[in-house]
Amino acid sequence: MTVATDSVRNALEQSPEKVVSHLHPEGSFEIADHVVPTGREEVWRFTPLKRLRGIHQDAPLDGHSFTVEVHAADGVTAEAVGVDHESRGTSGIVPPDRVSARAWAAADSVFLVDVPKEHVGEEATTVTLTGTGNDVASAGHLVIRAGAFAKATVVIRFQGTATLAENVEIVVGDGAELTVVSLQDWDDDAVHHSTQHARIGRDATLRHVAVSFGGDVVRHDATAEYAGPGGSVEMLGMYFADEGQHIEHRLFVDHNQPHTRSNVNYKGALQGQGAHAVWIGNVLIRKEAEGIETYEENRNLVLTDGCQADSVPNLEIETGEIEGAGHASATGRFDDNQLFYLRSRGIEESEARRLVVHGFFNDLIRKIGVPELEEQLVGTVEAELEKNVHRITGATAPVEVP
Amino acid sequence: MATLEIKDLHVSVDTEDGPKEILKGVDLTIKDGETHAIMGPNGSGKSTLAYSIAGHPKYTVTQGSVTLDGVDVLAMSVDERARAGLFLAMQYPVEVPGVSVANFLRTAKTAIDGEAPKLRTWVKDVNTAMEQVKMDPAMSQRSVNEGFSGGEKKRHEIVQLELLDPKVAVLDETDSGLDIDALKIVSDGVNRFKEDGDKGVLLITHYTRILRYITPDFVHVFVDGRMVEEGGPELAEQLEAEGYDKYVKSAV
Repeated sequence: MTVATDSVRNALEQSPEKVVSHLHPEGSFEIADHVVPTGREEVWRFTPLKRLRGIHQDAPLDGHSFTVEVHAADGVTAEAVGVDHESRGTSGIVPPDRVSARAWAAADSVFLVDVPKEHVGEEATTVTLTGTGNDVASAGHLVIRAGAFAKATVVIRFQGTATLAENVEIVVGDGAELTVVSLQDWDDDAVHHSTQHARIGRDATLRHVAVSFGGDVVRHDATAEYAGPGGSVEMLGMYFADEGQHIEHRLFVDHNQPHTRSNVNYKGALQGQGAHAVWIGNVLIRKEAEGIETYEENRNLVLTDGCQADSVPNLEIETGEIEGAGHASATGRFDDNQLFYLRSRGIEESEARRLVVHGFFNDLIRKIGVPELEEQLVGTVEAELEKNVHRITGATAPVEVP
Repeated sequence: MATLEIKDLHVSVDTEDGPKEILKGVDLTIKDGETHAIMGPNGSGKSTLAYSIAGHPKYTVTQGSVTLDGVDVLAMSVDERARAGLFLAMQYPVEVPGVSVANFLRTAKTAIDGEAPKLRTWVKDVNTAMEQVKMDPAMSQRSVNEGFSGGEKKRHEIVQLELLDPKVAVLDETDSGLDIDALKIVSDGVNRFKEDGDKGVLLITHYTRILRYITPDFVHVFVDGRMVEEGGPELAEQLEAEGYDKYVKSAV
């Protein structure tokens, strides 16, 4: 009896750092600590390794095959600095996998978007990275930092083609309110592996938005942790996986401080043979994270045959003294009753399907809260639907003889 | 000018035990300006009749015909039927998240008319239609039926009836779940629609209450997939007093 009691007590008295999450293996800056993945590892099992062009093995990451265009809002600096810059590493990032560790070692500069403390601006800072080739892989390191009580929006847009392994650090100062949008508008043959780590200050708010439309393989692994109590993170995502595309979003909210909040909402549509979407939503509520509230949700709309959506929410709870914790995941085809209702009002089937898909994404687009992006995203959804409109109508429609 | 003619209609649905026949030979003709009430107990197939006319894919027509002004309705797709002039007010209107009422109504009106409505008059028409059923026009910015109360959903159906202006309206238990105020509002909407004089109305109901506000020209009693009696408004009063018992017993 006593032995059992002691072991329980020992377990409870572990320091926060010692609580091992089975969802996330311990990270390391040493490349050698990360063996080359085989695809059987939990964190790699959904990823098509063969299509990563060797960035998970030893392919050189010295490509520099991209150009960067910056539109900085007044008062915000956005520029390249040295890898020894004090900002690097301040998010608390520790490379969780081999690609991230390799990108950390290979990066020869840091792109820093710096929002001074108490700076409040409505205008978004936009950084556009245009890939200029995917033969040689490139490494990138981005730091987005908002000082205490600052309020700002930063949009990172990826276009063109590249093979890119990057680390992104997001540091939100106490009481600051930061929106970061990562927009993957790649050409069809890009490979993009991004490891993102956000540290959210006391009473600070981060809205983290991932929008993935383009690319051959896009794998994003985003972690949020808290530097003090009262912090809040909203992680929103939308994706549209087309024929042959692999889009993977892995999220990890580490509730390591009390009275913190998190809300994760990802929505995706899939169309075409071999379209594959992966969503992993991990939430860890540590022992000290009392009074927290978390909810995560993923919804997939499967538009045609031949697609695969993997959706895995995980909650790891080490204290019951919380406000609330929940998750939801749903993957489905069109709701026939919705289509019937719209069609019974004279709306043609293809138009009815368009309305339903727009509706599916619309409330999420509104939540992103970046007005200059909203119209563009609605337009992108429209363009994606146009691509496949015949295929979509062919999927479940009854055969109609002309 | 509109005549909806249903002849010997047999309809079945797929069940785990194979196809099950729900409608067993329905005959009904609705001419211009006529209002027909179909009354029957639960499970008699009333709603199946409504959905079959509208073309819901769940129901398979195995025999018989439905024509609108002589044109074969059964050969049309769901949206073609609506564009031909049929309208179904549903018992359980469907929620469509993310699609605003305003967008939905405009898209439907454009589809029915074959051209977009004139912007200035359209906004006024929508607001008027909503105010007539005591819906706050601000609701047009909300998602279709999402978070609407039961009564609001039914009133939204009547807004659509007024704006889309079909030839024949099928109202499937539009009165169910409504309090007396909402029932009067909905009935007033149907009566405004009837005022044009050349409209057909098929009113499907479980209760006689709505027939105090919408006067039918014909009342049909529907039991076990077919009409078992037809009469004038006085038949409704008789049903009110006696219920469906004698029909149910004779059908068994």
